[in-house]
Amino acid sequence: MTDVVQGPFRNEKALRRLKKRRAADVRFRTYGLSAIAFALLALSLLVASIGFQAVSAATYHVVRFDVVLDPQVIAPDGEDTPADISRNVDGFYSLLRSDLLETFPQAADDRLSRLRLGDLVTRLAVLPVARTVAENPTRIGRSMTITVPLNDDLDLYLKGAVSKDARVHIGEIASVSETTQNEVSLSGPSAFRGLEAMISTLRAEDGDAVDARSVLLTSGSSTGRVTHLETGAAHVTMLTGSADAFRGARPVARIIALPETERNVSDQQIAWTLALKEMGRISRVPHFSLLTNTDSTYPEIAGALAAIVGSLLTMLVTAFIAIPVGIFASIYLEEFAPRNRLTEIIEVNINNLAAVPSIVFGLLGAAVFLGFFGLPRSAPLVGGLVLALMTLPTIIIASRAALKSVPPSIRAAALGVGASKMQSVFHHVLPLAGPGILTGAILGMARALGETAPLLLIGMVAFVADVPSSPTDEATALPVLIFSWSTNAERAWEPMTAAVIVILLMFLVTMNGIVVLLRRRFERRW
Amino acid sequence: METTVTESRENASSELSVDQGEGLTFPRIECRNINVFYGDKQAIFDISLSIPDRAVTALIGPSGCGKSTFLRCLNRMNDTIESCKVTGEIIMDGENINNPDIDPVLLRSRVGMVFQKPNPFPKSIYDNIAYGPRIHGLADSREDLDAMVEKSLRRAGLWEEVKDRLTSPGNSLSGGQQQRLCIARAIAVRPEVILMDEPCSALDPVATARIEELIDELRKRYCIVIVTHSMQQAARVSQRTAFFHLGELVEMGDTDQIFTNPRERRTEDYITGRFG
Repeated sequence: MTDVVQGPFRNEKALRRLKKRRAADVRFRTYGLSAIAFALLALSLLVASIGFQAVSAATYHVVRFDVVLDPQVIAPDGEDTPADISRNVDGFYSLLRSDLLETFPQAADDRLSRLRLGDLVTRLAVLPVARTVAENPTRIGRSMTITVPLNDDLDLYLKGAVSKDARVHIGEIASVSETTQNEVSLSGPSAFRGLEAMISTLRAEDGDAVDARSVLLTSGSSTGRVTHLETGAAHVTMLTGSADAFRGARPVARIIALPETERNVSDQQIAWTLALKEMGRISRVPHFSLLTNTDSTYPEIAGALAAIVGSLLTMLVTAFIAIPVGIFASIYLEEFAPRNRLTEIIEVNINNLAAVPSIVFGLLGAAVFLGFFGLPRSAPLVGGLVLALMTLPTIIIASRAALKSVPPSIRAAALGVGASKMQSVFHHVLPLAGPGILTGAILGMARALGETAPLLLIGMVAFVADVPSSPTDEATALPVLIFSWSTNAERAWEPMTAAVIVILLMFLVTMNGIVVLLRRRFERRW
Repeated sequence: METTVTESRENASSELSVDQGEGLTFPRIECRNINVFYGDKQAIFDISLSIPDRAVTALIGPSGCGKSTFLRCLNRMNDTIESCKVTGEIIMDGENINNPDIDPVLLRSRVGMVFQKPNPFPKSIYDNIAYGPRIHGLADSREDLDAMVEKSLRRAGLWEEVKDRLTSPGNSLSGGQQQRLCIARAIAVRPEVILMDEPCSALDPVATARIEELIDELRKRYCIVIVTHSMQQAARVSQRTAFFHLGELVEMGDTDQIFTNPRERRTEDYITGRFG
């Protein structure tokens, strides 16, 4: 610095101070931006991980059966009323089983195979079919196309969610010779080179564990398991179809990532499924039953309808109680109540109430509503009451804040032209505070919608197979369903749970969307 | 009784109004021994004064001297402040309006108020004016109400500016227009007295001049009490002036006399700008 620039704001010290101030400014902005970036990252991670899991539950595999509705099976004498038919799950299931046995006659030989084959579809999955037939008895005796969901483990296998196969196309099989029953020897000069290469790659990665893995060869609807592999030849146990299918063919080899003992699906079942798929009888369809079915112990036929309806009923009860009571309480406290020690105590306690853990409200609900008033267990009525108690302080606090934000000049103006206190509140203050009050109410409701703990305590975690039709019926709610599904052991529940979380999130996003719309629509400036 | 007063007021022509300055008509409001307390703190000490009808009375004094508080006694706006207590008598039309038996809501329709900051309702211009008549049931039909709105806006000198956009929000007007809208709103309920609490303090000189013209026009029909910080404004628009200091009424008299020949030393000091 030269002598020219001297002056109170031009000396070295001032410049340094200025630089420091600017740096602080930039630092603060950087902190803000990184906080927002972090929040966005966390949100997108959450949504992505749930969405990624849920995607696999968005579709599922169904099996098509073309069967004749044999009256002897589904409506035997003495049990042929519509009520009997609709309950005759065994009859319908046996139709499907015999159809499967017709398709895979080899399985008829031993009892275990028959059972395993029957496991391709769940017995209870025919229930809707039975109901349809019971409603239209003219269909009995005719042929009918029945579509039922595939067993959840096989469904996951086909989706590649459980064990990812290593797949390789192998060369042309030159000759097929049957050694004993079901045992065949396949040979082709360079047929198995690809497969051997694949096995040695896997061995390099995973070591000798590879030896325990099943290798299935599939050609058309025929599948066999490789029992011994040597250069140019393979010994194969046929699982489905005939060995002739391999002659001159270029089969696909699948190395299944898990040994058979560590899987829920056997090689045999995989072979059957592949054959059905080859026949075009298995197709992947949108999983609408997730929205139209009720809960079940079988993931492939379980749905969230009962929980959705239960949640809606619960929210209805909550809204009817918490919103009016909360709004009127806040109007009274904010606009009319005298400021004294009593109202101060009330105010402090409302704030405290908002901080009470939700599970405590559940205990209160169990003790008071169930124990003292004797209301029905597991009912949306009780759930709604408990959630209303929980939401009330939130709504009151938000509404009071909204009322407080209305400028006092508006109140003075109304009083000045001779409006009464109540007229000034209801004509002027309330419309201005409306969007804020509604925001608070809907956000409180959104919180209540996602609440699990209090509902557990009043028994809304019960297994509910019927859609509740009134607030006093047994019901469960979406977050509770998520909780109970996530504790189930089977792998198939995982994507299903994620799918229900997505449904719940959609509800929440819709509610928040309504808040934004209301704000846009009714926000007024003064 | 009340209706006849209002009617005669509505029909009053400017010829019947008082002559400027001296010779004022009978007192409209008679205040006796007014004391105002905020909790333990006394804000106004034993003030007695009379306010003439069809004239503008200006209340002047330094900040915190209690002139706004006194003004708010006249339509019992102090009732809305919980800790505030007013004693003394305020006689209007032979009634003590400070009596707890008097309904303050009814009183406020007879004593209109215009505030420091323009505070139109966040509604249309039309609804701003129509709100008072509506809650008091003053209009029997839609046409009646339309006529009332027009008359109020004309009297507030706003009609020509807003007649084509009565449905646009009151907040869309300029500051001065908003304040005239508030005056029109106060007029619409046919008050007898209009209280103005520093009505021009948030306005620019041009808008202030328009409001002052309006006040001069309005005094032909109404009893107006205005609180102002501007000595010039008090001198321009008022016929009577009261000087408040530290919660006491120091001096009250005709405006000319107060500004040219004050009796009290404190008044002179304030007017000449030596304190305040």
